[in-house]
Amino acid sequence: MIFYSFFKTLVGREVAVELKNDVVFTGTLHSVDQYLNVKLLNVKVVNHDKYPQLCSLKNCFVRGSVVRYIQIPTEHVDTELLQDAARKENAAKT
Amino acid sequence: MAATLKEWKNESVTVITCDGRIIVGILAGHDQVQNLVLKDAEERVYSMEETVELVPLGLYVIRGDNVALVGDTSSWEDSVQAEPLPAIFQHVL
Repeated sequence: MIFYSFFKTLVGREVAVELKNDVVFTGTLHSVDQYLNVKLLNVKVVNHDKYPQLCSLKNCFVRGSVVRYIQIPTEHVDTELLQDAARKENAAKT
Repeated sequence: MAATLKEWKNESVTVITCDGRIIVGILAGHDQVQNLVLKDAEERVYSMEETVELVPLGLYVIRGDNVALVGDTSSWEDSVQAEPLPAIFQHVL
């Protein structure tokens, strides 16, 4: 739940999503769900010369299970808060 | 707002499957695990040697496990030559 809550705070930001098939999309984070499925608006393929077949994609839904990384701008992330929250959640579990 | 496929119901969508295929069709139905029902589906096969090959598939059901991405379909460039998309490799123990 912690990362679901975290991504909900990032809705509206530009993120880069790298999939497990090595394709990287940048776009505006529209929504996220508990499986970390992500919907992106106005997507651009980072390597569009390598993947010209994907150029016409505008908005897309990416299944959480195929995401390798989600790259976010560091200035929007309070890493201290995130570390604290993760520590608390792990302490509660054990 | 939760991420759902509702807004694409009855719209033409582009599906990228985990084996790297690109399938275009009208999203007739879907469920919470992204099992999809596509009407008038066709697969777009890209290669470096030829232009796009369109394979008509008709009514198609895609199991959610195999869905990587669902997106809207705007204009397609049929003259594009490209390497096929890589497949998604999941670790199988």
